[in-house]
Amino acid sequence: MNLNKDQQLEMYRRMQRIRQFEEAIRPQMEEGNIPGVCHTSCGQEAAIVGACMALRDDDSMTGTHRSHGHPIGKGANLNGLMAELMGKTTGICKGRGGSMHLADSSVGIVGESSIVGGGIPLATGCGLSAHVRGTDQVSLCFFGDGASNQGTFHESINMAAVWKLPVIYFCENNLYALSTSVAQSHGQPDIAKRAVGYGIPGVIVDGQDAHAVYEVTRTAVERARRGDGPTLIEAKTYRFDEHEAGLHIPGDPYRPTEEVEDYKKNRDPLVLYKNTLQDSGINDTEITTVEQSVQQVVAEAIAFALESPLPEPGDVYDYMFSNPINYPAKTPV
Amino acid sequence: MSEAHTQKALELATDTHPHKMSNYINAIVAAETEELERDENVILIGEDLAVYGASGAFGAVGAKQIWGAPISENSFCGMAVGAAMTGLRPIVDLSIASFMYLASDQIINQASKLRYMTGGQMQVPVVFRCVMFHNSSVAAQHSDRPYPLYMNAPGLKVLAPSTPVDAKGLLKSAVRDDDPVVIFEDSSLWPSKELVSTDPDYLIPIGKAAIKKAGHDVTLVSISGCLPHAMAAADALEKEGISVEVIDPRTLVPLDKNTIIRSVAKTGRLVIADFANRTCNAASEIAAIVVEEAFESLKKPIQRVTTPDVHIPFSPIMEKPLYPNKERMIAAIKKIL
Repeated sequence: MNLNKDQQLEMYRRMQRIRQFEEAIRPQMEEGNIPGVCHTSCGQEAAIVGACMALRDDDSMTGTHRSHGHPIGKGANLNGLMAELMGKTTGICKGRGGSMHLADSSVGIVGESSIVGGGIPLATGCGLSAHVRGTDQVSLCFFGDGASNQGTFHESINMAAVWKLPVIYFCENNLYALSTSVAQSHGQPDIAKRAVGYGIPGVIVDGQDAHAVYEVTRTAVERARRGDGPTLIEAKTYRFDEHEAGLHIPGDPYRPTEEVEDYKKNRDPLVLYKNTLQDSGINDTEITTVEQSVQQVVAEAIAFALESPLPEPGDVYDYMFSNPINYPAKTPV
Repeated sequence: MSEAHTQKALELATDTHPHKMSNYINAIVAAETEELERDENVILIGEDLAVYGASGAFGAVGAKQIWGAPISENSFCGMAVGAAMTGLRPIVDLSIASFMYLASDQIINQASKLRYMTGGQMQVPVVFRCVMFHNSSVAAQHSDRPYPLYMNAPGLKVLAPSTPVDAKGLLKSAVRDDDPVVIFEDSSLWPSKELVSTDPDYLIPIGKAAIKKAGHDVTLVSISGCLPHAMAAADALEKEGISVEVIDPRTLVPLDKNTIIRSVAKTGRLVIADFANRTCNAASEIAAIVVEEAFESLKKPIQRVTTPDVHIPFSPIMEKPLYPNKERMIAAIKKIL
């Protein structure tokens, strides 16, 4: 284990930030402050943060429609993220993206794609760019088990393998693409085994174990920085909430209630990591301090978002083009 | 001096470099080569580029600037978008226009939308090139002229150059533009030749139409490869004493509607020739704009000369009559004189 105490506490802080951010959303939705839909990452925090902690700030990243966890995991400020959920001008995407697209370029995110599998070519292109520009940046590509059945998965990983691009393909396998299980949609259950077909390493890791995820990602990052090419990592994880917050799916449950309860009770990544911290000699006061400081940060983010102004409807054309020609954008861009 | 001559003179005014006789395809290769040599962050991605590279067509460009890709159109277009957002200026060669459908997800859902959806955090300077191979007996899956679909996707700039000078100058402008640009080239124009500037900074501006022939009786707007037919129609009618003003928008989005409206204000008559299928094509949009904004100028109904809404058949005897040509343009013009 190469993480020092500060890094371990930072790992826990980011996991807590995701969890508390997500848990703060529901009441705001019920009060009508957050329009649209929200896909939360509760249960998947160790996979996200473990992977992000293996990156540098200047490494690129792409994510998915379940987009809140990725920027938080990479260290983004929460104010702009919460304001974006509320469609405010101070939102990280100026109210143009919303819950499924919390891309924060200040932490290296180039896009959170709500087209399943849509971010995989983008991340691969970031790897190509780093290679062409001669930097040692890497690109981390988050996607889900559902996206592994898109053509972009095959096409992109193959090209990254052929060209030895510095990309880490990181599958958050939460076992269900909305209601469709991996068993119902994959020829065999281990997505990482597909790496054999591309001639690259494929690694399966316990996605509820933040240290284990960090270790395998760090190895993949080192390989990528050396110029040895991509790695496919599959983190077996679990989503605690419904596909989207508050979604009601009629009929028989597509996943057993006992399975959900078992994960929440025995496989909660925050509880597991807290145990890890305690085992490594970090005292409860320090842990509680992290939890309380995150409560404060989340409360501040909500206050910031609620107080922020709504956009002017007439500003809708802004940000369409970098170089608008005969286009009615009002704000100089 | 006519408006057309004035414009040409303006374009050439600062161009002191020698000119070289070039056909349409060589002008495109020259534009790519010059841009690759000018900026090491310009890269070229596409299928079978090695064929050109091996013949030396791209000159001495960097080893990391040419990426001959597997047959994975959607993903190599998306890779170009990712690369564009992180410092490169990729040119994607999609070869045949019908293949652009395969990459539409990345072109429309990612390239066109990412700047907007990130509130301006991202910049996507990528160029997607393709060639329309209609009238070549290659049947429906190789013969599309699909630019109207991309005109309906906000966030893209859509170019359709019809001469070697415009093809070179617009492609170079596209590479230097900070937004995603889609360029539709027309294979029927490949043999057309004219003097092309060798100035590596000679650009044709995006969003500016060209008056290819000045006239006063009728305005003929010609899209892409319709131009040689439109010019032939105008020349033939001139012999009959009918003066046709031929306008090539060159850029379909953003459209230089003022040049068209000014011309219609002068002539009062408008014919639009467009190789795309009839429903919701570029001609439809131009007709709608003129009706909305210059209805009072019109003396007669607007005529569209287009390809009907049918798949392109293999057999030449069925295919050839489908497209706009000189005779159909002349007939449309005479109908409203």
